[in-house]
Amino acid sequence: MDLTELENIVTKEAADRKPCEIRCCIAAGCLSANSNDVLSTLRTAVEDSGMADRVNVVGVGCMRLCSQGPLVGVDIDGPLYCRVTTDNASSIVATLNGGQGEAETFEREDPFFAKQTSLILKNCGCIDPERIESYIATGGYRALHQALFELAPSDVIETVTRSGLRGRGGAGYPTGVKWATVAKNSGERRFVVCNADEGDPGAFMNRSVLESDPHRVLEGMAIAGFAIGANQGYIYVRGEYTLAIERLNKAIKQAGRMGLLGTGVFSSPFDFRIDVRIGAGAFVCGEETALMASIMGQRGTPTPRPPYPAEHGLWGMPTLLNNVETFANVPDIIRNGAEWFAEIGTPQSTGTKVFCLTGNVVHNGLVEVPLGTPLRTIVEEIGGGVPNGGQIKAVQTGGPSGGCIPQEHLDSPVDYESLGKIGSIMGSGGMIVMDDQTDMVDVARYFMEFCMDESCGKCIPCRAGTVQMKQLLSRIVDGSANRADLERLEKLCDMVSRTSLCGLGQTAPNPTVSTLRYFRDEYESRLIDSTTAKANSNGATCQ
Amino acid sequence: MVNQQTSKQTAGHPSGDKRFKLLEVAMKRHQYRHDALIEVLHKAQELFGYLEDDLLYFVSKRLKLPPSRVYGVATFYHFFTLKPKGRHSCVVCTGTACFVKGADELLECVRDEIGISPGETTGDGGVSLLTARCIGACGNAPVVVYDEEIVGHQTNEDIRSQVKGWTIGSDGA
Repeated sequence: MDLTELENIVTKEAADRKPCEIRCCIAAGCLSANSNDVLSTLRTAVEDSGMADRVNVVGVGCMRLCSQGPLVGVDIDGPLYCRVTTDNASSIVATLNGGQGEAETFEREDPFFAKQTSLILKNCGCIDPERIESYIATGGYRALHQALFELAPSDVIETVTRSGLRGRGGAGYPTGVKWATVAKNSGERRFVVCNADEGDPGAFMNRSVLESDPHRVLEGMAIAGFAIGANQGYIYVRGEYTLAIERLNKAIKQAGRMGLLGTGVFSSPFDFRIDVRIGAGAFVCGEETALMASIMGQRGTPTPRPPYPAEHGLWGMPTLLNNVETFANVPDIIRNGAEWFAEIGTPQSTGTKVFCLTGNVVHNGLVEVPLGTPLRTIVEEIGGGVPNGGQIKAVQTGGPSGGCIPQEHLDSPVDYESLGKIGSIMGSGGMIVMDDQTDMVDVARYFMEFCMDESCGKCIPCRAGTVQMKQLLSRIVDGSANRADLERLEKLCDMVSRTSLCGLGQTAPNPTVSTLRYFRDEYESRLIDSTTAKANSNGATCQ
Repeated sequence: MVNQQTSKQTAGHPSGDKRFKLLEVAMKRHQYRHDALIEVLHKAQELFGYLEDDLLYFVSKRLKLPPSRVYGVATFYHFFTLKPKGRHSCVVCTGTACFVKGADELLECVRDEIGISPGETTGDGGVSLLTARCIGACGNAPVVVYDEEIVGHQTNEDIRSQVKGWTIGSDGA
């Protein structure tokens, strides 16, 4: 494969394109609403109406408005039909001949779409995720070519550094700095690992990207491999994501066949192989040292850092670990330049971020906005607020490691620093809206139970502390706790977050701490007889 | 070379169960590497449905790993199950979005209808009830997976009639 051949594919794709394209979402959300049958109905309808020569029906990745699936779009700017059924799917085809569409439509001018900025999700819902040609037609693999033939590895790292890209897994570590550290550490081999073990409940950004545009991630990984001098990459995907795994494997095969991965990428001396590793359902494996243990076929238990993976990672070699979304940003940064990327977002948090907006909100789905966008814009304008005129009570971000942001802080910009200040974290991108009916103590208990179940058991603060905290929270929910219990809970939160071995334990108390900070009255109102409880608690402290 | 390969492949298991041969092929593809243990267990569960002791011993022998290591890994990950599953499975997603939209009630309905809690199987081996951390179809919460098919927007009535249908079906059969 060389540049001319790559361009030939682009030309051929453009020439083969039929005047009209009907896109049907076949990503997980819509699949769960029966979109596969809708897709075949559409295909049959096009055949039957004799329009097969000018209308192409294609199954695409996520079209974002997941709650209203199955979604069917006519061309990129044509009508977007939602809640399409096998009964009314053929009427969509009929509209191309002047017929009347029976399915509901969703305005593309609606703030849900109009307020979004698409970089990572640019191809999602537009290209066929199962055909590499479809990705190449959008300019895919050009950045990899550019990196290999026009840039030195250090230039690539420098570009990524200047772009200001920060890790999208949640912690926000500067990506360029991480790459430079791995590149300068010596080792027989180096590895690139993509963390696609999206474990936060209520988050499915990585899944959508992998299902809808897998090549973007592969290209980003290959560029990273070139930059740090690695020849082997691993993508660690959750076992639950069967469709993503299937599409990734297909994508890796296609890229290998075209000489874009494997031995001699673009016929250059650079070799890069990518293997998929399937997780087996352990939340702790999202933690980098646990993830690496799992790739090496062991129990996913974390190890203390330092040494960091950048110096002592897989099989003791320097290893670069980034999230799916981080890699997905790379091809565009190389192609359009660091300055282009740095202009999006805020000076400290550049670029865009994909969020999964779910819970008690009108428009559930995938949302991509520049960093620094106020939370209110995301929840009220893009998301359309709480259904039936309800009130927003809190927005939960960052999953079990994050916190609940109360209604009064909705105007805070969404970036790494601002969310930290109000007691939550950016996290990987889950954003769950809770209305005024939500019981915040129960929410805290839910997350604590999650961390308790997922604790790997290696260190005592996390293993025993989460059990104790969950029991205390359960007693508060049941109304059988006293003030001393609440104090004990607060002490435990502090102790567990300070003394746990890895991120899981260190952040496990976060949801409890943040709900205590903003919704303390919900806790206190449930304590049994607060005056006697107070006396007891004084007694308890004297012991 | 070819002969050696065949002899190793046909080694299989004393029981003569052909699935062991398929498992052997998978291990061979990974060159019996210790770090392929999780991949091998995935394959084993895919073939046998669950990981019984005999199967874990087989894997430990062939990969030359201590049984404790194989057992340790198999019990660490939620995905691996050491007990047989029912003929039908009902997996209720308990992710945050589903939690907010009443996944707990769905579980309660199943308990009420056929008397099993998460992780349990009905006495006749008909239906297993499981929970999942997050299916990733949060837009359609609450979500339930009935026999591998993800179905969104589930109501209490939906899940009741589905599990009831299964138990009646098995009675008839």
